[in-house]
Amino acid sequence: MTRYLYYPGCSMDASARAYQESLAAIAPVLGLDLAELDDWNCCGATEYFGLSRTPAYALVGRNLAIAADQADGTRTLVAPCSACFLNLARTDHAMAESPVLRRDVNASLEVGGFHYDPGAITVRHLLEVIMNEVGLARVSGAVSRPLTGLRVAPYLGCMVPRPDYASLWIRHEQPRDLDRLLATLGADVVDYPLTTECCGGHMAQISTELGFGLIRRLIVAAEARGADLMVAVCPMCQMNIDAFQGEMNRHFRTSHHMPILFFTQLMGLAFGQEPTRLGIGRELVDASRALARVGIEVPPPSEDELKAAQREEAHRRKQALPMPHLDDAPGAERQEVRR
Amino acid sequence: MTADEPAGTGAGPRIGVYVCHCGSNIAGAVDVEAVRDFAAAELAGRGVVVARDYKFMCSSLGQELIEQDVRELGLDRVVVAACSPHMHEKTFRGAVGRAGLNAYLCDLVSIREQVSWVHTDRAAATEKAKAILSGGVERIRHNVPLEPVVVPIDPATLVVGGGIAGITAALELANAGHKVYLVEKDPSIGGHMAQFDKTFPTLDCAACILTPRMVEVGSHPNVELLTWSEVVNVSGYVGDFQVTVLKKARYVDTELCTGCGICQEKCPKKVVDEVFEAGLGYRKGVYTPFPQAVPKYPVIDRYNCTYYEKGTCKACEKFCPTGAIRFDQQDELITFKVGNIVISTGFSLFDARRIEEYGYGRLPNVFSSLEFERLSNSAGPTGGRVVLRDGVTEPRSVAIVHCVGSRDRRYNAYCSAICCMQSLKFAHLVKEHTAATVYEFYIDMRTPAKGYDEFYQRLMDEGTIFVRGKVAAIHEAEAAEGAAGKLVVQVEDTLAGVQRRIPVDMVILSAGVEPRSDARDVARLFGISCSADGWLIEKHPKLDPIATMEEGVHIAGGVSGPKDIPASVAQGAAAAARVLSHIAAGQLELEPYKASVAATACSGCRLCNGLCPFSAISYLEDRAVSEINPALCQGCGVCVAACPAGAISASGFDTDQILAQIEGLLLEHVGPAGPTAGVLA
Amino acid sequence: MVVEHSGADAAPDSAFLEEVMGATAVPSRLDHCIQCGTCGGSCPSGPEMDHTPRQLFALIRAGRRDAVLSSNAPWMCVSCYYCVVRCPQAIQITDVMYALKTMATRAHAAGDRTASDFSRLFIWNVEHFGRSYEVGLVGPHYLRHHLGRLPGVAPMGIGLLAKGRIPLAPARIKGLAGLHAILARAAELEAAR
Repeated sequence: MTRYLYYPGCSMDASARAYQESLAAIAPVLGLDLAELDDWNCCGATEYFGLSRTPAYALVGRNLAIAADQADGTRTLVAPCSACFLNLARTDHAMAESPVLRRDVNASLEVGGFHYDPGAITVRHLLEVIMNEVGLARVSGAVSRPLTGLRVAPYLGCMVPRPDYASLWIRHEQPRDLDRLLATLGADVVDYPLTTECCGGHMAQISTELGFGLIRRLIVAAEARGADLMVAVCPMCQMNIDAFQGEMNRHFRTSHHMPILFFTQLMGLAFGQEPTRLGIGRELVDASRALARVGIEVPPPSEDELKAAQREEAHRRKQALPMPHLDDAPGAERQEVRR
Repeated sequence: MTADEPAGTGAGPRIGVYVCHCGSNIAGAVDVEAVRDFAAAELAGRGVVVARDYKFMCSSLGQELIEQDVRELGLDRVVVAACSPHMHEKTFRGAVGRAGLNAYLCDLVSIREQVSWVHTDRAAATEKAKAILSGGVERIRHNVPLEPVVVPIDPATLVVGGGIAGITAALELANAGHKVYLVEKDPSIGGHMAQFDKTFPTLDCAACILTPRMVEVGSHPNVELLTWSEVVNVSGYVGDFQVTVLKKARYVDTELCTGCGICQEKCPKKVVDEVFEAGLGYRKGVYTPFPQAVPKYPVIDRYNCTYYEKGTCKACEKFCPTGAIRFDQQDELITFKVGNIVISTGFSLFDARRIEEYGYGRLPNVFSSLEFERLSNSAGPTGGRVVLRDGVTEPRSVAIVHCVGSRDRRYNAYCSAICCMQSLKFAHLVKEHTAATVYEFYIDMRTPAKGYDEFYQRLMDEGTIFVRGKVAAIHEAEAAEGAAGKLVVQVEDTLAGVQRRIPVDMVILSAGVEPRSDARDVARLFGISCSADGWLIEKHPKLDPIATMEEGVHIAGGVSGPKDIPASVAQGAAAAARVLSHIAAGQLELEPYKASVAATACSGCRLCNGLCPFSAISYLEDRAVSEINPALCQGCGVCVAACPAGAISASGFDTDQILAQIEGLLLEHVGPAGPTAGVLA
Repeated sequence: MVVEHSGADAAPDSAFLEEVMGATAVPSRLDHCIQCGTCGGSCPSGPEMDHTPRQLFALIRAGRRDAVLSSNAPWMCVSCYYCVVRCPQAIQITDVMYALKTMATRAHAAGDRTASDFSRLFIWNVEHFGRSYEVGLVGPHYLRHHLGRLPGVAPMGIGLLAKGRIPLAPARIKGLAGLHAILARAAELEAAR
């Protein structure tokens, strides 16, 4: 077991309980010993930074200070929520960059008996830790019920690969890490180019037309590529696509049905764990129909169909101009996250 | 008389000090009068007999001032505090020479590049200028008269890189009657220009204007064309460079080959041509890059040859009517001497794959600019049909994206200079070949040369739609956007102030230009330097753009920065003109800075022998000391610094001179010890 | 077109630019904007903004304080960071948007208050419990700003409750008093900057 400091964030006990439950179920399998910070507080989401600068950084600084106090041999703080991850990383970064901010935040923390030196803690998102510390080999070794035939759209959202203060990601626009993880679970990963597009964040609460428009775009693109369900790495993204899907349908007079689960839930399923233990069923857009495919082999196409398809493909290729080659085209084994 | 005797007694040195204002360049940040007064009062004891300041010391009047003082005041040393010696050392040494003094008894100390341009605190800058001047005065007390070294110029010239700049330089030199070695690493000369269909702004056919020059240079009796070859070593100096070239095996006997092309026809191996066809087309394992290639002889790409891979095939050999295929041919090293070198190794295209949001390499119908050049070229992979990646469909709408990888701190901060005009040309070519609607997405339209803005006007007449805004992203159209199968260009139309999503069939990325990936190796090979970006650095960006700090090594074309065809041609010709002036003079005066070994102090450790980059040091077994051949020594000073016994010194940079200059900088001898020098403003 | 004459004695237009640049935590490089529109083109909220980010930056440079602080653009920012990673001039646009929200709130200049009220409500929760509480947030917010959406959003609330995704009471941290003291001190220091 490897010990990591763990900052759950407010949603994990509430709207994202399924994320928390599934993470608790898979952590021992992956050798993750997640030590929750004592008496952590809210990170301020995307709200506090717009209200007042020094208090916003002090609010997050308190969590970093607690982490540093509780470090005990590790300095890695893992956050499962993208917004929490970014706010923690952003505060560490800004305190390092700005001496004035560092001074003011520490002068504030002092009143509560805390202190934080930027750089003392390395903030990382859960997905990135699983990709780079646990590794796909270990994940693959734990798979006992491959998700063969389940078509998934990997949805990363914004704040994990962007703005990437610590330069952990090579690609900020089309990273394929989540694709590779899901493929390791045996799932059929659809090419989902909107993987890092925005879910709208709090926009569903502010501007209905805009917020629902962004949600619809993501769902329509997943449907168009034949996905059975979408996969999220952030409570906010999951909440927008799942909880607001009904209201979005009413708003646009549509009838989309696109379930979205957390990647940890799919890992648990692939590891053979009980769906109820993984918070399956807590989603408002029912995923059970999609999950009925798990374990079901898609019958291979018939010999004649295959040959006809090959002929057509050969004809198409003969006419086509060559593509510029990408060293890291989907399927190519390459680490996209830099450590 | 010793240098330490007080001045003014008639026995010590008589030094004149001249402080330049350089308009406000120096005077803006340095109190020039205070520096002058300092020299007159505080350095009088060190031999300064006159100190003057002047608005522009380098002007004729400024120079005459110095000449007059040398004659009338009997000066025997002159220190000018002005700009860098790179700028005006020659000017002032010329002036004292005209006044009858040895030129090397004049030094220039820099209070512009090293003081006024880099400091804002006037008081501190003035103090620093005084210290630098004091160092110059201490140093010049130890200067001795020197005579420049005269070297003969070998009339042959090496031109490296056979693009339009190199071809131009080679032809100018050859037509003047001199021998030229033109070295090109690809199988044919022609460079990027050979890949184009049309050239802006006049839309001449690139092949029609380039091919005659390629043929001329290829058949010129004075040109030795070495294609499929690379320079691997250069030694010597201006007038007398020794060059080693690796001539890669072509596996074709050029004495027998007629260039009939049957081998290419019969070769079963087809590979994507990443070089000439920019990855958009195929070539064979044995190939000439294009039909008008010069020379006409093909090469066998041994890494893509069935025979070399599997040991069987030899189709080319079987079908060659003259028996010219030679599978046993070996690489060859050839050496020759030249007096001058012109480097014209060109540039590379920015790799648009680096901008993920533009989808190049992911979205099939996003093309790079070089791909489009080949697509629109009648000799290209589609025979000039402008079609989508499926090879069939003609686009009905095309977006051309400017500033791809240029003016962007994530990639290259500079403007690539050619892309606006190139993009306008593309718009014209799309219109010429198809009925498509064409959009140009630009940040600023930059068309600053003869006929360029007129071309922009012409494109407006042709109905091109111009949208001012840097493209944010290119997507596949989403089902929600109702434009299935299209690409969507997402952009802020900055003149309308609205975000637009414009569906198109094809996107052309007008990628910027970059230094070649091996630019640093080229710079090292020829002993010149690169900017941080990787462009080769010219001697002076305005006044000497084709020379380098290495005498006899010249640069021309895109190797020193983004340039279009007219500018590259002008530089090729300019570099040739400079070389011709060297050849016509027959000889060149070089700085007489040479190292020499004091045999009595040399311990014979031989440390210096291996360090000398010019192989100028030999070890004399009988006397157990090292000796430097002054003809080979370039005065670089490596041996001086390395000698543990301090036995090596370099004229012009003697240890005494350097130590005295340091003492001067530390103001160790300052004080009005002698009679006050005259202050004359 | 509005014609604006800068009076001879008026504060230079750059004063407002400097004020905005001084309000971010890290240097924003806002003075390096080349008006290329990458930000406005990338922005998922672009269509809903009164001004694209680029226009906002031009207005800041023109010293148009009122127009900038009453624009809805900063409040429409979803912090997706597309503009930041794509900006060819490496301008920290998200930080600028946060700073503009703060300045607009102080100047009481925001036009539509939906977004700023949501922020304040969220912060009220955090300041009172140390954690955010979705019911305490969404309930009052919908009552105030989206009354018409209540019938639509009600099934969602009931659903979340039924699925065990809404705790009945807000979580409260132990060190609440200490947190209050920290935030109070931070607010004082911010005011002094």
